[in-house]
Amino acid sequence: MFSKCWKTKTKKNPSPHDMFFFLAFICECLGPTQKMNLFQSVTSALDNTLASDPTAVIFGEDVAFGGVFRCTVGLRDKYGKDRVFNTPLCEQGIVGFGIGVAVAGATAIAEIQFADYIYPAFDQIVNEAAKYRYRSGNLFDCGNLTIRAPWGCVGHGSLYHSQSPEAFFAHCPGIKVVIPRGPVQAKGLLLSCISDKNPCIFFEPKILYRAAVEQVPVEPYTIPLSQAEVLQEGSDVTLVAWGTQIHVMREVANMAQEKLGVSCEVIDLQTILPWDTETVCKSVVKTGRLLISHEAPITGGFAAEISSTVQEECFLNLEAPISRVCGYDTPFPHIFEPFYIPDKWKCLEAIKRMINY
Amino acid sequence: MNKMYGLCFHAVRQTAGLKSSRLLQRRAFRVSTLHRQQPFDSTLEKPQFPGASAEFVDQLEFIEPNVISGIPVYRVMDRQGNIINPSQDPQLSKETVLNFYQKMTMLNTMDRILYESQRQGRISFYMTNYGEEGTHIGSAAALNPNDLVFGQYREAGVLMYRGFSLDHFMAQCYANADDLGKGRQMPVHYGSKDLNFVTISSPLATQIPQAAGAAYAVKRENSNRAVICYFGEGAASEGDAHAGFNFSATLECPLIFFCRNNGYAISTPTNEQYRGDGIAARGPGYGMLSIRVDGNDVFAVYNATKEARRRAVAENQPFLIEAMTYRIGHHSTSDDSSAYRSVDEVNYWDKQDHPISRLRHYMTARGWWSEDDERSWRKQSRKTVMEAFERAERRLKPNPELLFTDVYQEMTPQLNKQRESLWRHVQQYKEHYPLDLYDK
Repeated sequence: MFSKCWKTKTKKNPSPHDMFFFLAFICECLGPTQKMNLFQSVTSALDNTLASDPTAVIFGEDVAFGGVFRCTVGLRDKYGKDRVFNTPLCEQGIVGFGIGVAVAGATAIAEIQFADYIYPAFDQIVNEAAKYRYRSGNLFDCGNLTIRAPWGCVGHGSLYHSQSPEAFFAHCPGIKVVIPRGPVQAKGLLLSCISDKNPCIFFEPKILYRAAVEQVPVEPYTIPLSQAEVLQEGSDVTLVAWGTQIHVMREVANMAQEKLGVSCEVIDLQTILPWDTETVCKSVVKTGRLLISHEAPITGGFAAEISSTVQEECFLNLEAPISRVCGYDTPFPHIFEPFYIPDKWKCLEAIKRMINY
Repeated sequence: MNKMYGLCFHAVRQTAGLKSSRLLQRRAFRVSTLHRQQPFDSTLEKPQFPGASAEFVDQLEFIEPNVISGIPVYRVMDRQGNIINPSQDPQLSKETVLNFYQKMTMLNTMDRILYESQRQGRISFYMTNYGEEGTHIGSAAALNPNDLVFGQYREAGVLMYRGFSLDHFMAQCYANADDLGKGRQMPVHYGSKDLNFVTISSPLATQIPQAAGAAYAVKRENSNRAVICYFGEGAASEGDAHAGFNFSATLECPLIFFCRNNGYAISTPTNEQYRGDGIAARGPGYGMLSIRVDGNDVFAVYNATKEARRRAVAENQPFLIEAMTYRIGHHSTSDDSSAYRSVDEVNYWDKQDHPISRLRHYMTARGWWSEDDERSWRKQSRKTVMEAFERAERRLKPNPELLFTDVYQEMTPQLNKQRESLWRHVQQYKEHYPLDLYDK
């Protein structure tokens, strides 16, 4: 329903490493807008939440002074030390504490400083948060918990500041995993995660924190979870991605049209778990070809789940094997990042192979 | 001396080893950082480090752990149930003390019957509470009914004290259609929203940082509630325990940490679990007030918990109680502890230092309980337990539809498809599935 409201204007802004579009959306129906980059749109969502929900608290490492990515700037002064506060340096503690806040009925927004450091909290997320409602027979739950973490490559992040761990959590029934592609989506999806009655993990593409700028509504609004968005319609190939990689795919779609005369349908999955199988399958039934792309390593990456489901549902519609253009099965390298990432040339090549199959 | 300036009050705080700290605090939010008020001054012969407020010393000397070892064990009764220091007798009413005794013995009776029922293949698994009944009842009695309880798995007496029915205990162990948990977990993983007892989970120590978070939220509600968090000395080795202690102290949470130090973590004795002076000695390291008590002395447990609760709520800080006790039973029905400890050792605790016996001696010394009372109570409690047991045995298991619900608050399309697929499959292969045992 939101896509009907949008009027999109796009402009290219190439740079050595960069495939991103700065997209400006204007939507009158959500009230006045303000130019915000992605970290500011996150701040806006958090500001709206603290204003409307007196139980809401935000915590994590270094959030008090504004956060290492400035997502919480100004919130402590505005809402108080008891609502926006630093915790000791301990991810298992941050998430465990957050679960407890949520179980006691308050809204907990936990920040993990980098998604690469979420693993100490894996037990609390997978064994506790995800299973709280089920194991208690719905007596208790931590639906009021949202975990936010910066995610994805940033140009120089290397092994421990570039990871995209969504696949580890996709395998965990009971949580939701959400990844926005830009400021407008970030605010709407984050507000949905916060109000959703299930524990959610919200990954924020860190390379877009400053690079992506849009007109974002100042008032709160939500974008539905578990609904993929068709960004542009096409007839020959379906391109599925999420987060930063959407911008790569949009460029690839343009290149495919110009260089190959191929019409691409671009889908932003937005929610990794539970994912919108219907939108993706409906598209592949139409186009017959599917390319899925993500930075995370290819083996066991989320493209594998999408690929497996689509071949089950759309086997007879497929004109070519499903293609995955992903990171290699290596840790995320430092100096070799330009070779590692699933760039537009690799994606275009994959489309060529599918068309010529 | 560091001074902290709060919104409208002053707080003076000294944190040092085992010295009791003197705190003047209002029940509101203290400024939580020990901020320096003076600028760094290199002319002063005093350390200027932001991280510690100590003095310089010019003798090289390592602090020996046994300097701070041997935290004494607080008790009110001796092993024969006699009050040692009359000022410490909580002087509870006869009715209250009888209730303590009846809850402890009812728990003991239920444990015997359910342990047996596992041996007979009627339930899949069980864990007894033998020897630790005092820790449960003493602490539960010291709390308010709406205080939130996070447990590990050996705290059934807390639930029993609060009024969890035998039918509900049995329903959970039998995973029948009356189980509040809808049959999803192994036996003894109890939970009760009405009784403010958060459902037990198997992973150890995960509840510890959660309790800190819950206490923080409860503090913000200003509702005069506390949170208590139980765990064993083995679970205290987990990283989550360190996280929970540190968070609760830095974030000033009204929380009681209650460690049941019962001597064993399955087969691992305490000298293989830690080298320091138990769990209580760790408290000062986190800036936490700590005490060690005789866990088999229900009045000592009661007194310590009561005072800890009062101060935790009044002063918004956590307390650590290490209740020393002994696990008389096996770890669970999957364990045979004769493989790692002697029968003599177990008998000592069973016969010579048992929380139930000690309380009974206290009661009989006051003429509150006779041999006849004991006989008729044992008979009556056993009968009550057996009746609940028979009811639980007959009850069907929950509808298999409940396999698929509560994963999320709402049913998802994928789960719906999987549910339908299972239903179709079971229709086709009905004779291979035990449908008769389950509710329709």
